[in-house]
Amino acid sequence: MHYFLTEEQQMIVDICRQIVKERIIPARAELDEKGIFPKEIIDEIAKSDLFRLFVPEEYGGMGTGIFEVCLATEELSRGCLSVATTYAASGLGFIPIIVMGNEEQKQKYLPALAEGSKLAAFGLTEPEAGSDAAAIRTKAVKDGDFYILNGTKQWITNGGEADVYTIFAVTNPDKGARGVSALIVEKGTPGFEFGKKENKLGIRASATRELIFTDCRVPAENRLGSEGMGFITAMRTFDQSRPAVGAQGVGVAQAALEVALDYSKVRKQFGAAISSFQAIQHMLADMATQVEAARALVYHAAKVMDSGEKNVAKLSAMSKLFASDVAMKVTIDAIQILGGYGYMKEYPVEKMMRDAKITQIYEGTNQIQRNVIALELIKRGVF
Amino acid sequence: MSEIFRIIVCIKQVPGTTEIKINPETNTLVREGVETIINPFDSYAIEEGVRIKERFVSTGSSADDIEVVALTMGPPQAESMLREAISLGADRAVLLSDRVFAGADTWATALTLKHAIKKFEKYNIIIFGKQTLDGDTGQVGPELAHMLHIPFIGYASSIEEIDNRKMTVKRLAEDRYETFEIRLPAAISVGKDINVPRVPSLRGKLRAKNEKIPVWSASELDMDENHAGLSGSYTQVIKIFTPKHLYEVKMMEGGPDEQVEELFGKLKEINVL
Repeated sequence: MHYFLTEEQQMIVDICRQIVKERIIPARAELDEKGIFPKEIIDEIAKSDLFRLFVPEEYGGMGTGIFEVCLATEELSRGCLSVATTYAASGLGFIPIIVMGNEEQKQKYLPALAEGSKLAAFGLTEPEAGSDAAAIRTKAVKDGDFYILNGTKQWITNGGEADVYTIFAVTNPDKGARGVSALIVEKGTPGFEFGKKENKLGIRASATRELIFTDCRVPAENRLGSEGMGFITAMRTFDQSRPAVGAQGVGVAQAALEVALDYSKVRKQFGAAISSFQAIQHMLADMATQVEAARALVYHAAKVMDSGEKNVAKLSAMSKLFASDVAMKVTIDAIQILGGYGYMKEYPVEKMMRDAKITQIYEGTNQIQRNVIALELIKRGVF
Repeated sequence: MSEIFRIIVCIKQVPGTTEIKINPETNTLVREGVETIINPFDSYAIEEGVRIKERFVSTGSSADDIEVVALTMGPPQAESMLREAISLGADRAVLLSDRVFAGADTWATALTLKHAIKKFEKYNIIIFGKQTLDGDTGQVGPELAHMLHIPFIGYASSIEEIDNRKMTVKRLAEDRYETFEIRLPAAISVGKDINVPRVPSLRGKLRAKNEKIPVWSASELDMDENHAGLSGSYTQVIKIFTPKHLYEVKMMEGGPDEQVEELFGKLKEINVL
């Protein structure tokens, strides 16, 4: 299949494929089983300049677009969604700095994040505030040149592993969503601690922890944008990051399709390869068609965003919604094609199915994506 | 370190494993038109060269003062392999290519490399893969070191310490580890136990694409053509063949007494006893 990639885009794909083949596939089952954070693989990804894709050139990045980030994320997801999540979640953590940061903040934080010598994390979700993000309770109270931060963030990807955290906290409780501000908090700040590593269904090698703030003093200069801009910062960040979640879906679905196709050609039943049976052929045809459609939507959304279009919320949400639903469906069908073998941990598809589920949940559940799409449709019309 | 510290990595392109053809007249490998790869052991040599540079940089040296050069002798197509070496972290690369270099044995190859290395105003470390997949001799490294009158440690498995005057190299011998302290300049050869080669970086690939790779011919190396290639070779491969196994293994069975008895009989039968 030809996707009209430039030479540089093809290089990104080739580098990721080599990392997947040489580093990720040999290690993924054990990392998943034992829930080991893939530190060495992330270091390799960093050395290959892949974190630089997110970041403008003047801050040590490569100045590429969302499309390039999607290409890298898709390919890494073909290998292991835990690795791709760790990679993309660092981007999610520092996109707010790119979107809202001032020059000093960008100079201070982006070069190390582009280099991958430091990871970032995004701290919005709380026990009582998931889809209803405006319900967050973590408070930041101004005290001279500092904010005093108190509260708990839940299920934060890269929690404990990241050095730089974008934390969303209430600075004005009377203003609801407009009373939320975004703060950069560094690991090691007194009063900032981590909860235990969560034991998850999928993406088990990625680190998910609670962030606990107790009278944590954060310099006021670490606030991104003006007070009350936190919610807008979060929404703009999601607009930028959602196609990459779509790309995760495409990658894991593609991987499952590849395993199912290969298996169907070697598995013999009733004296013939099961790929000769129409029941299997139709499943494979549907899976391949769905993957291709999801990829087309993700690539399109990314390219529209890279063109400078501002109203991207709908397309961005669509790419995440559709590709993650495809990921779930295709990975389940892949298990069905492998039958009993697909249910066993000796084969990689059960992991892919467990991993795929999260893409329908994180960075806005697919129900929230539909809300975004519907509101945009009603506000701006079909086009 | 104020003056340049130069690490030269000698690499070779070898045929991708399955399609080896031999020219029946010269008994040398047919290299044209065959897909080639970096000799696998040489990937470890490139990686070690880049790691030495990173070690110096991490202890305060300027990256501009340490240079990793990939060097190969081969046909013009070898340029793509040198670009790969750059994408893996080499700062630059030089291709030694000339019709008169063709058919070189290990001695003529080492002599050609020596002439090339003498063209660099300074070199500190020369690194080789321990042997190539095609020739398999492992001779070029030690021969070159001999010609340059510098120390050579083969089969290095780690560089324990290094500064700009000396390094400590550890290697696994058959039954023991050996650790050497050697003065620089020096040459080493490395195997798979020394490191895990990195995946190329995007910036490296972009740089490799645009980098100009100089080609040095025999005249640029100031080399007498009679000392290069086939005419400069002391050895010539006359025949390549798969050896016949002239021995067979027979497992003796039964109790110790029976086995000793049988073995004694066999040895007597073939006049060993």
